[in-house]
Amino acid sequence: MSIPLPPYGAPSPDSPAALELRQVRKSYGSHDVLRGIDLTVAPHEVVCLIGASGSGKSTLLRCVNLLEPVTAGSISLSGQEITAPGVNADLVRRHIGIVFQSFNLFPHMTVLRNITLGPVKAQKMPRAEADQLARDLLARFGLADRAGDYPDRLSGGQQQRVAMIRALAMSPRLMLLDEVTSALDPDLVAEVLDVIRELASSGMTMLLATHEMNFARDVASRVAFLADGEIVEIAPPADLFVRPQQERTQRFLRRVTDAGRL
Amino acid sequence: MAESPLDLTRRGPRLLGGGGGQTRAVALSTASTVVVVAVIAALFLLAPGSAQVRHTFFSPPDLWHSLIGDPAKGYYSIGAAIWLNIRMFLVAEVFILVFALVLAIVRQSTGPVMLPLRVVALLYVDVFRGVPTILVIYAVGFGLPALDLNVVSTQGPAVYGVIALVLSYSAYVCEVFRAGINAVPLAQVGAARSVGLTQAQSMRYVILPQAVRTIIPPLLNDFISLQKDTALVSVLGSIEANRAAEIYSATVFNYSSYVVAAVLFLILTIPLAHFTDHLIARDRARRLAGAAP
Repeated sequence: MSIPLPPYGAPSPDSPAALELRQVRKSYGSHDVLRGIDLTVAPHEVVCLIGASGSGKSTLLRCVNLLEPVTAGSISLSGQEITAPGVNADLVRRHIGIVFQSFNLFPHMTVLRNITLGPVKAQKMPRAEADQLARDLLARFGLADRAGDYPDRLSGGQQQRVAMIRALAMSPRLMLLDEVTSALDPDLVAEVLDVIRELASSGMTMLLATHEMNFARDVASRVAFLADGEIVEIAPPADLFVRPQQERTQRFLRRVTDAGRL
Repeated sequence: MAESPLDLTRRGPRLLGGGGGQTRAVALSTASTVVVVAVIAALFLLAPGSAQVRHTFFSPPDLWHSLIGDPAKGYYSIGAAIWLNIRMFLVAEVFILVFALVLAIVRQSTGPVMLPLRVVALLYVDVFRGVPTILVIYAVGFGLPALDLNVVSTQGPAVYGVIALVLSYSAYVCEVFRAGINAVPLAQVGAARSVGLTQAQSMRYVILPQAVRTIIPPLLNDFISLQKDTALVSVLGSIEANRAAEIYSATVFNYSSYVVAAVLFLILTIPLAHFTDHLIARDRARRLAGAAP
């Protein structure tokens, strides 16, 4: 079943939320990874998920992209429930871009083919049009001369930028970024963060899991602190980082500060 | 470019030891080869039955006659008969690739709807990997004609032989395909699905191309084996190389024809074997290059 969605960037009037999670739960057997997540992301908003490893950030993102089925609760994209039975997950995913920690570029394809695979095969875009789109995006993010290269010839930072472009080429209404800088050498992190900043300033709605607290403080509209599969606290960065209300948030931020990461 | 000792060891074992024109190493390996060959030749030539063996297996006129054949004297040309082996191999190979891929995809499928097919595929692989190829050849070659059906029961022995080889080898090659599919990281599936590809599209454009790359060497290995196993079809009476050699030896009472058949099979299999080695070496080199920063 196809779900008709308004074009990217145009929120439907009766549902202002780009993304809405209601009491989302996810369990693997008896292990509860997400224990009732409520989260609303407005159009053009950038929400950062912070929290220790294993707090459920990645699982949350994978659930939103329907790569993992939720155990309970509902997720709506622009007011349409995508966790309803009968929803075609392949169609939903064409509206949501996701970028992984480990890039996951297709090693047997050139950079250009990596980017055009989705548009050409899933969206049935004519090859010439997809190539042009890919070249425009590569130029926009400073990779114009890399179109013909295979991923293993690129640095980690370049590979991650290509992965971002691959997701953007689908013209997603929502981007999910899962610790996209965690696997990078420190000197390559900045170039990827710059791409995210550019996307944020261009109005892209984003939900991102990150360990880069300074970056979260700069770019986020709101920051959500996750622990044990729950959102402990969610607030604009100026509040959450400066005046955390919850004891658990305070403890986490103190540890991060002690480690010199904030 | 200077090579570090590490670079040299990375190349793996080589036929001639050492690199860079080490005359001493070449001289040593030549000498040891000569000695080994001389000892084996001496053992062969000095054995009490040597003259008898040379006459029975390596008689030049018989080698020649069995190679070119003489229908008037009741035996066939092995040189012509091997052409049937080649044709059986080529036809079987294509069907095996297609059938094995279908089997592998069915076995890899998830989803409850596919369960019956999955069970059938699993049983198929278990049975045909477990039964000796020659028994499958007997079963197909004598079973299908006995059914007395149109078309199905009226084929020549070579056709039944090919069917049997396809049935038997597809089970092996299916498992090779599966190993290749499983070797592709699961994250690649996630990446493919996240750009909106369906399960089938992910398989077609992302998983299989990567899987095939890793399985080409083991696949060719199975095909070398298949080239030889075409000789088993002789039990059905089709005049392929092994059968032609058998007829010659039964007519003339000389086994040189088997040596001819063996040499012809070697001429077929050795190039494929070395092509496989070459691919493995190239893949290894490419992986090492890819691992460099």
